[in-house]
Amino acid sequence: MASQAILKRNLAFYNKLCLIREAEKAIIRHYGENEMKTPMHMSLGAEAIAVGVCEALNKKGQILCSYRSHAVYLANTNETNIFFGELYGKSTGMAKGRAGSMHLSSPETNFLGSSAIVASTLPVAIGAAYANKIRSTGKIVCVFFGDGAVDEGAFWESLNMACLMKLPVLFVCEDNGYAVHNPATERHGYDSITKIVQKFKCNVFESSSTDVQQIYTLTRQALSTMRRTHQPSFLHLKYYRYLQHVGINEDFSSGYRSRDEFEVWLKSDPIEIQRKKLKKIGVTEKQLRSLENRIKDRIEKSIQLAKSAPFPSQEDLYERRPGA
Amino acid sequence: MKTRTRSLTYREALNEALHEEMERDKNVFVYGIDVGDHNRIFNSTKGLVEKFGRHRCFSTPLCEDTLVGFGLGAAINGLRPVNIHMRVDFLLLAMNQLLNMVASYRYGTGDKLKVPMVIRAIIGRGWGQSYQHSKSLQSYFAHIPGLKVIMPTTPADAKGLLKSAIRDDGPVIFIEHRWLYDAVEEVPISQEPINIGESRILRAGTDITVVGTSWMNIEALKAAEILAKQGISIEIVDPRTISPLDDSLIVKSVIKTGHCIVADFDWINCGFSAEISARINEKCFGKLKSPVQRIGFAETHCPCTRPLENLFYPTAIDMIRAVEKKLGLHKTDLSKENFYSYENKFRGPF
Repeated sequence: MASQAILKRNLAFYNKLCLIREAEKAIIRHYGENEMKTPMHMSLGAEAIAVGVCEALNKKGQILCSYRSHAVYLANTNETNIFFGELYGKSTGMAKGRAGSMHLSSPETNFLGSSAIVASTLPVAIGAAYANKIRSTGKIVCVFFGDGAVDEGAFWESLNMACLMKLPVLFVCEDNGYAVHNPATERHGYDSITKIVQKFKCNVFESSSTDVQQIYTLTRQALSTMRRTHQPSFLHLKYYRYLQHVGINEDFSSGYRSRDEFEVWLKSDPIEIQRKKLKKIGVTEKQLRSLENRIKDRIEKSIQLAKSAPFPSQEDLYERRPGA
Repeated sequence: MKTRTRSLTYREALNEALHEEMERDKNVFVYGIDVGDHNRIFNSTKGLVEKFGRHRCFSTPLCEDTLVGFGLGAAINGLRPVNIHMRVDFLLLAMNQLLNMVASYRYGTGDKLKVPMVIRAIIGRGWGQSYQHSKSLQSYFAHIPGLKVIMPTTPADAKGLLKSAIRDDGPVIFIEHRWLYDAVEEVPISQEPINIGESRILRAGTDITVVGTSWMNIEALKAAEILAKQGISIEIVDPRTISPLDDSLIVKSVIKTGHCIVADFDWINCGFSAEISARINEKCFGKLKSPVQRIGFAETHCPCTRPLENLFYPTAIDMIRAVEKKLGLHKTDLSKENFYSYENKFRGPF
């Protein structure tokens, strides 16, 4: 019988994994209604990274990420009303519909933003970390980016500056092996991202696990090493993108990757792994179903709320400044 | 009571603004390529390292795009960065952060995260700068909503506007002409911040309006001085802030004079002078006695060699000839006139 603490932690993990997966499934169900008019870069397959890292960061971590931001947003905020408000372009969204799926943020919960230009939040992350360092806030900045970002100059520039200036930054490379449709072998003039980053004054960790507990533990290790060494940490985490680069469909028939590849990863689906683990430590099927149904209801309510919410006012077209 | 003043160069004005603002607010810091080295950005960052330490004034690796994004991150997290680029041309490497990130960050976060950031960029001319160290780019930046663009001409304006830029919730791009660094002016002992978005009458006149930016105002003042000898009265309006543009003084002046020459320190095609010309067209249409005339760089790249460079940049002489044409005057004999010569005042290197 598992201890209460372990049970509680594992349930918390599952709640968030399930929230992300069900929110994405809801988007897939409703997207065809043509009311969410924003390009969706779906997070299916990446759930364990977002949840494991965000849980380990806790409240001391500020977050920036790429346009594939749904999982990170949900793991950070644990809310879906504002999320769907933004996706539906309504006044209830965090940016009143100005931002859409590719620019989610939640400054109130330390999620400083996401961007649709590859690698563009890396420089922002190191600047934010510099502010934390000289203001002695005790906060660290975690920046999520895909393996495509490693192709960009901004990645190397930011890594260099963070290592040089000993900035409290956690780099999280979510490596799905493809930049849009182009595999790493077509893009890299080197063998391994990890090996190159190790040459910098940086603590490097890698994993191909889709088990949220393992990612959580590895992240905590990366954070404690960062505090001890006063150098940034780098997590290189492999996963598989279940759907097309942008959109809600599978794309295994398009030729650049195969369903066989997907099937291998699907055997260790992050939600299934955690579900099995919970059953193993004594959670019943009935309890799991009830938890899952609660999440599904919550998401559907958020969607209905977003659908019925008003669009932003005409004044929201322009930036608002205090006193203006 | 008369305001107490003292003589200050543009360079000293910039330096004092930084010292005063860094003393006033511990969140202000200055950084960029070569910012903390012995040259101290033509001495405009003199004394900052010694007084405030290397954590508030430092040199960085050579990575313009990341440096601008770094400022954005620091700004949304409570600091007030001043990022300096020794040539505005280098900012072309940072256009992604500037246009895609910095300009829209506040907007995209539902007005929640402000970006109190200043980017100082130096423009210049002469001493063989050639075509990659001589651009101006104010119209590039001003074209994008969310970026404020300032180009002060005088030392007092440089000090007052830099103070405002640092206190502004930004982002602000602050463009300084290298030749202005030695310009001298009586500046109030305690120069107050000057409002961003307010233009200024640099010289009052009645016959013709010249709208000048940055160094072109120095040329305009010279042209006005020469033409005054034959009774022609030039009014010079310095917008000071390129974006957001306050066109009220320009419009008022052109309604008064009926003639306008726009002398922008930049190319003409699709430039800031086209914006001014369009505004005058919209707001002074019936009052114009002649079409708006634009003066700017030659429609080519900036050459290194002096004889060709002389043809590239417009001067007071071009303005005088334009005024003569507009008002139907005979050509003034300029053979005895002493025009600005950087050989006499500026030996380089840049």
